[in-house]
Parts: sequence; C-alpha cells; structure tokens
Amino acid sequence: MNERHSQIFGVMGEFSTPEDLLAATKKTREAGYKHVEAYTPFPVEGLAEAVGFRWTAVPLLTLMGGVGGGLTGFGLQYWVAAITYPMNIGGRPLNSWPAFIPVTFELTVLGASIFAVVGMLALNKLPQPYHPVFNVERFAQASTDKFFLCIEARDPKFDLAETSKFLQSLKAEHVNEVKDEE
Amino acid sequence: MSVTQNLPGRHEPEPWLEPGHTYASVTDKISSVVLTRPLGIGWLLGFGLTFSLVMVLNLAVGWLFMRGVGIWGINIPIGWGFAIVNFVWWIGIGHAGTLISAILFLLNQKWRTSINRFAEAMTLFAVACAGLFPLIHTGRPWMAYYMFPYPSTMGIWPQFRSPLIWDVFAVSTYGTVSLMFWFVGLLPDLATLRDRAKSRWQQVIFGALSMGWRGSARHWHRYQSAYLLLAGLATPLVLSVHTVVSFDFAVGIVPGWHTTIFPPYFVAGAIYSGFAMVLTLAIPMRKAYGLEGFITLRHLEQMAKVMLATGLIVAYGYFIEFFMAFYSGNKFDVFLAKQRLHGPYSHFYFALILCNILTPQLLWFRKVRRNIPALFVMSLIINLGMWLERFVIVVISLTRDFMPSAWGRYSATFWDYATFVGTLGLFTMLIFLFVRGLPAIAISEMRELVHQDSHGNEGHK
Repeated sequence: MNERHSQIFGVMGEFSTPEDLLAATKKTREAGYKHVEAYTPFPVEGLAEAVGFRWTAVPLLTLMGGVGGGLTGFGLQYWVAAITYPMNIGGRPLNSWPAFIPVTFELTVLGASIFAVVGMLALNKLPQPYHPVFNVERFAQASTDKFFLCIEARDPKFDLAETSKFLQSLKAEHVNEVKDEE
Repeated sequence: MSVTQNLPGRHEPEPWLEPGHTYASVTDKISSVVLTRPLGIGWLLGFGLTFSLVMVLNLAVGWLFMRGVGIWGINIPIGWGFAIVNFVWWIGIGHAGTLISAILFLLNQKWRTSINRFAEAMTLFAVACAGLFPLIHTGRPWMAYYMFPYPSTMGIWPQFRSPLIWDVFAVSTYGTVSLMFWFVGLLPDLATLRDRAKSRWQQVIFGALSMGWRGSARHWHRYQSAYLLLAGLATPLVLSVHTVVSFDFAVGIVPGWHTTIFPPYFVAGAIYSGFAMVLTLAIPMRKAYGLEGFITLRHLEQMAKVMLATGLIVAYGYFIEFFMAFYSGNKFDVFLAKQRLHGPYSHFYFALILCNILTPQLLWFRKVRRNIPALFVMSLIINLGMWLERFVIVVISLTRDFMPSAWGRYSATFWDYATFVGTLGLFTMLIFLFVRGLPAIAISEMRELVHQDSHGNEGHK
C-alpha cells in the first residue's frame, strides 16, 4: 500500500432508495469486494446479508445472560434461606423453592436484557465517538433519507480511481472519498 | 383483511400514516419539535404549573421525613392507605407502555409505531412515581436498602418468601428493562438529532447520547436482534410485574384479597388504566405539536377498543370476586362482599362501577370512539375509576376484617392528597420535558413505515 492510500478509509457512494442501495451492494460483492459496509436511516431487509454479515452473537449472549441471571437468582435465595440465614418456621422446608420462583424469574429477565443491550452495544463497538465515515459532509443525511455504500480501503481489490469509477457505474448519486484523519 | 374490506358498506381502513409523507418529511416534522421549535407560552405555563406541583411533593415528602408516617391518615388496622393505592395505580399505568412497545411489536401491529416512544416514556415516569410510594411508606426510607440482599455486618438477609421482597425485584427489574428498551429504541433517533442539530450544545449532547451510532447494516442487524429479544423478554416481564403486585394482596389471608382471580384481573386493569393514560397524554400532545398525521383518529379508535376489551376483563374480575365470595360460603368473604355494597365506603364502590364498567360501554359505539373530546373525558374517568378500584381493594378489606373489635376507619389527610397530587405533577412535568427534549415519536420506525407503505402501494398497482 502506498502512502496516499493509508490516509483514505474508503470510497462512499450515495443512493436515494433502499432498493438502489441493495442492488448496488449485491453488485459490489459480486465484483469481488469484501470490505463493504452500507449505511441506512432505517433497517433494510436483506442488507446485512448483502454486505456479507450473517451471524450475530446477540441471541447467544442473551441466552447466557438469562441462564446466568436465573441461576444467580435461585442460588442466592437458596443460599440465603437454606444455608446462611435459615429460619425454622413451624418446621417448614428451608428450600421452599416455589416461593423462590418470582425472584428467579425477574433476575432471569434482568440478566438476559442487560446482556442483550450491553452485548449489542459492545459488538457494535459503541460508544465510538469518532469514525471516518463522519468526515464525509453528506453523510449527515444517512440518518434522514439517504442511503450510503462504502467500499473500504483495506479491501485487497481497492483502488481509489478504479473503485470510485466502479461506484459511479452503479449509478451512485455522489461518490466521495472517505478520509481518515488518524 | 381483504375479506372484510370487500364487504358492502364497510369503509376502506384509513392509513396509519397521513399519505404523502417521505423519509425526510417525517424526520423534519418530529425532530423539529425538539430542535427548532421555540418554547410556546402553553408549554411554559404547563411546565410552570407542574413544576410547582413537584414543589408540593417536595414539601409533603420533606414534612413526612421530619414527622414520620403519622402525618398520613393510616392507622392500625389500615396500615396501607393512599401510599399503596397510589403505588398500584401508578405501576399499572406504566404497563400500557410496555404492552404497546413489546407485545404489539411481537404481534407485528403497525399502529404501535407512532405511539410507542411516548408510551414507553410514560411507563418510565409512572414507574418512578410508583417506586416513590413504597419507599416513603416504609417510614424510615433511609433504610430502604435493607430490602436488597447485601452482606451486612448484622448477618441478616431479606425474607425471599415474602411477596413484598418479590415486589422489590419485580419493580426494579421492570424499571431497568423499560429504561434499556426505551434507550435502545432511541439510539437511532438520537443519531438523527445529532446530525440535524444546529447549535453546538445540541450536537454535543445528542452526539454523546447517540454513542456514535452510524446506521451501518451490521449495526442494524444486531440492533434488530437485540430489540426483538428485548420485546420477547419484556412481554412476560410486564405480565409478571402486576402479577407480583397482586401477590402483595392475594398471598395475604385478608378477606377480599385472598383470591386467585387477582393476578389476571390486576394485569388487565393495569393495561386498562395504562391505555387510558396514553389517551389522556396523546390527545393534547398531537394537537399541540400538529402530530395528527402520525397519531391518527384510527390510532385513537384502536386504543379505545383495547380499553373496551380490557375493561370487560376487569368487569369480569369484579363479578368473579362476588361470585367466589358467595360460592365459597366463607362468612368473612360474604361479609366483605356485602360491605362493598352497604358498608361505610360503598359510595366509592358504586363510583368505581360507574367509572370502570358502565361509562366505558359507550365505547361500543363507533361515534364515541371517534369523538376526540369524548375519548379524552372517558380516559380521565377510567383513570379515576382505576384509582377507586385500588382504594376499594386496600381500604374496604382492611377496615373490617375478622373481629369487630379490630375494625377501624380510614380517611386521607391533607398530606396524603399533597403527596398524590405532587406525583401527578412530577409525572406531567417529566412528560413536558420529554416532549421537548427527545423525539416523542420513533423517527426511524416512522421511516420504516413510510417505506412499507410505498411498497404496499406498488404492490397494488
């Protein structure tokens, strides 16, 4: 990689409809580009698959959080009621598990929810105050009504002139270089 | 759907979104309320009034902390009084927000889109008001942390077999999950506000809150996965919360409380009052901020139908309470049932029947459901009715239980009313702040709705 490319994060094309973006993304992948990302103001069906993203760990993390929360909840209650602070009330069993279900349930939901949210943010690498795409002025529209496709410079097939031309051939309305100031 | 549409005399259903909107126009319309619209005199007056009520709350709670719960009307045997009535009422109101955002999401109901955001905000604020009451009712709220399991030097632990401890876990989980659900929903909209903000301080605040959200396909994929899972988790959670609240009563052996109908009938009542509160808030808000194109008459009608349905479940609950009292043959239960009709608080019971069962029957008429002032008045009546329901449950059962020598009477004091009115002020003030500080309608979801609508139309061509 030469010096010029190290300053460039990628090339970004702008589209007006989700359909155009989806079609362009598919063509980009077919053309052999691997490091492709699409930006939209609302979730577009099929776009994640089109940029080559199929599997997310969020459901698995949520399951782990739920199982962990539930075990913690029941374990805590068992330990408190039967081991560390037993109270003999009329000889009733110390491990009165039906009475422990509400708190176990609540902590299952709490654990799963926290893992789902924190897991989603962590996998998305948020909070992330700086990202090169924000250097493109028109990118502010990505949260309103424009749809963007970015081919990243780390892609082996990336070449600033060639890739820009390629995006133009996909009928992108504006094609911008994305500079990385880092 | 197509079958009903083809029936003669049947109206073509109105759209959920005023026709002609684009991605940019919905974004502009909703975000301008936060970013550019100047503060109107109405908002300032409303905020000022509700803020002064919050000062009343401060005064009432401050006096309570100085003097103790003796300033309230509670006594022995009526130890619960207004604090618990208000707690149950507020927490019930919160339930509609979660129902709209989670259950209607799972059921793929498009009409939730324009009301879910502020209904979730309503949930949070209602839970905040609700949580205050058991806290200050403990008498020594500075020791409220005793309710949480922590390794204390005294070596004591909470009693996990008590519904009151279940309540601590249910309500705090509910508050936390509602907050996370709300924040996750807000994330893309905060990014929109960040990108559209003109002034520096708005850019900084919304920039920090949006965490650098950039709407990439991978972001959205994980986001949707997390949101769906949260909806799936919040659905059983919301049902469990009011169930646990009803256990506070149903696990006790007090006549009128010790019944198995309580959990389902509390949950239905919670949703009933919550939808009433959503209407109470939505009707003035859509008018004040010109959001009639998003929160349409059809939305209001739909909410009225939910109120009618849940109102009927509540009516069934009242009927079963009576039926079971006589069917059980238990003389205390029979006595309590008669007390409700003839006892010293019977006027509350009849007011409750009037507010919660008789008046809502008008909602069977399409004309009433589509009459906005009538709906607004009815939502207030139902809110009042649900408050009366909790008063009837708490006070009538406690005043006259098993032994006449232990009977008592209850009447609320000035400080009871001041605290209640104060929380009404707190709730409304937070709503006032919310509508101007954050997007009251989910913008990214509205854009999705625009997208789906345009697709639907193409399909028909």
